[in-house]
Amino acid sequence: MSAFLQRHRGLLILAACIVLLPLAVQNDYHYDVLINAGLNAIVVVGLNLLIGYAGQISLGHAAFFGLGAYASAILTTTYGWHSLAAMGAGMAGVGVLAYVVARPILRLKGHYLAMATLGIGIIISIVLNTEAHITGGPDGMSAAPFSVFGYTFQSEKSWYWLVGGCLLAAVWLSSNLIDSPIGRALRALHGAEVGARVVGIDTTHYKVLIFVISAIFASFAGSLFAHHTPTVTPSILGFIKSVEFVVMAVFGGMASVMGSVVGAVIMTLLPNLLASIEDYEPIILGAIMMGTMIFMPKGLVPTIAKMLRRKEAP
Amino acid sequence: MSLLKVTNLTKSFGGVSAIRDLSFTIEAGTIHSIIGPNGAGKTTLFNLITGVYTPSSGSVRFDDREIGGVEPHKLAALGMNRTFQNLQIFHNMSAVENVMVGAHLHVQKGLAHSLLRLPSLVRSEVETRKHCWELMDFVGLGQYRDAEASAMSYGALKRLEIARALAAKPKLLLLDEPAAGLNDTETREVDEVIKRIAGQGVTVVLVEHDMKMVMGISDHILVLDYGAKLAEGTPAEIRSNPDVIAAYLGNVG
Repeated sequence: MSAFLQRHRGLLILAACIVLLPLAVQNDYHYDVLINAGLNAIVVVGLNLLIGYAGQISLGHAAFFGLGAYASAILTTTYGWHSLAAMGAGMAGVGVLAYVVARPILRLKGHYLAMATLGIGIIISIVLNTEAHITGGPDGMSAAPFSVFGYTFQSEKSWYWLVGGCLLAAVWLSSNLIDSPIGRALRALHGAEVGARVVGIDTTHYKVLIFVISAIFASFAGSLFAHHTPTVTPSILGFIKSVEFVVMAVFGGMASVMGSVVGAVIMTLLPNLLASIEDYEPIILGAIMMGTMIFMPKGLVPTIAKMLRRKEAP
Repeated sequence: MSLLKVTNLTKSFGGVSAIRDLSFTIEAGTIHSIIGPNGAGKTTLFNLITGVYTPSSGSVRFDDREIGGVEPHKLAALGMNRTFQNLQIFHNMSAVENVMVGAHLHVQKGLAHSLLRLPSLVRSEVETRKHCWELMDFVGLGQYRDAEASAMSYGALKRLEIARALAAKPKLLLLDEPAAGLNDTETREVDEVIKRIAGQGVTVVLVEHDMKMVMGISDHILVLDYGAKLAEGTPAEIRSNPDVIAAYLGNVG
């Protein structure tokens, strides 16, 4: 048991935060913000596997989030599917799509990879915008209520616990993956790709694998989002949203699972906290981002963790 | 039986032939050195054997299988591994994790096992880590068990690469200048490690400039000059070969 505590200290802290946060929550709006923060965190935890650990970039992850959301919205309303079946279909579809596009584009590096993923995001966004007879076009569409085994999630509070639980699961799975031979292969191809290849790692295989996994994480979060939000519109999968996900990962800390969560939560909460001074919001946000990148280039959580370790050391 | 058989191998870059019509064989269980002046084509030959380059013509057979142009990760699975002159260390990982990456071919690595951290994966991980610590002891890095790779010296990293290559359980280990940039003590240590590796039945091929080391540990030496074979033989034969003295050793003084 103590080994489990040692391994998953971050997970336990996160669980404690999730359990204690409702004490500070006063209304449904607060819950709504926290739910969105949690959904973003699930996407970013997955995205950080790709960016932080494997060293590949994606500027199209909002598209996978959006596809998951639309899959759930369309399948549960137009076709009357069960929520979980729709979510599973979305994840499978996104997984296949990610696999098909990853094989050619993950041969690209740096700027080229960024451009290719950006292009995919834009194409998906355009398709969902224009296929109005299926997707509702710019007006968007709603999903049926989310129900599992006869229980329908309606109250904000029930959604909070659902998303909190899913986030814990995402963090647990990701932490396990990082600390496995697959995780080592990913970190190795980031650290020295040629070195990884000569010891027997099929680097293309692992790049594709992690791209697909991170896309499926995004699709999963997108499906939950679709059931929770009143309407799914194409704005959720725009380029800006993709950039926001990357910013959350970089801000919280690359190659840090907990950093992903912290980055996503802070970047989701900040605009709401700053809403009272709305004119200055973008300036303050920008200043915070710049300050972090200048003084903590490794991101929030890794920098703080390092400072704490230094203090602990004799 | 020969473990590696190179026949009429040629590699041209544009109009320049870096390797010209080269043939030689490497017997299993020996230490084989490739020497030659700078620009003789030693590293090109290494890259041809290890799949980094594709031959222009000719054949490379490893364990009786044609491997010209086969991708590096497949060669590793066939039992060939190498180290690098300009290190290929994973600086974002700990020392023992670097070695554990080397064991990748031989460990439990199912996706579901990894995501859920199933008991069989945990067992495999514990065993792998123990084995990799032993390999670190074997190359003389016992004191770095818990170190981060980024905190290690150049000489230690050279040996860490050897440990990583050994973790893949190679039949043939190619070392690209294992002593370059090392001081005398470190060179002697690497010397010992190479002998111990060969003692375990692994065939070793090294490219090296340190003549004392080459003459001391090699069973067989291949001398390259301008991409072609200048001479081949035991250290004693090479030392007394007039062509070699003229082209290479003579220049060194």
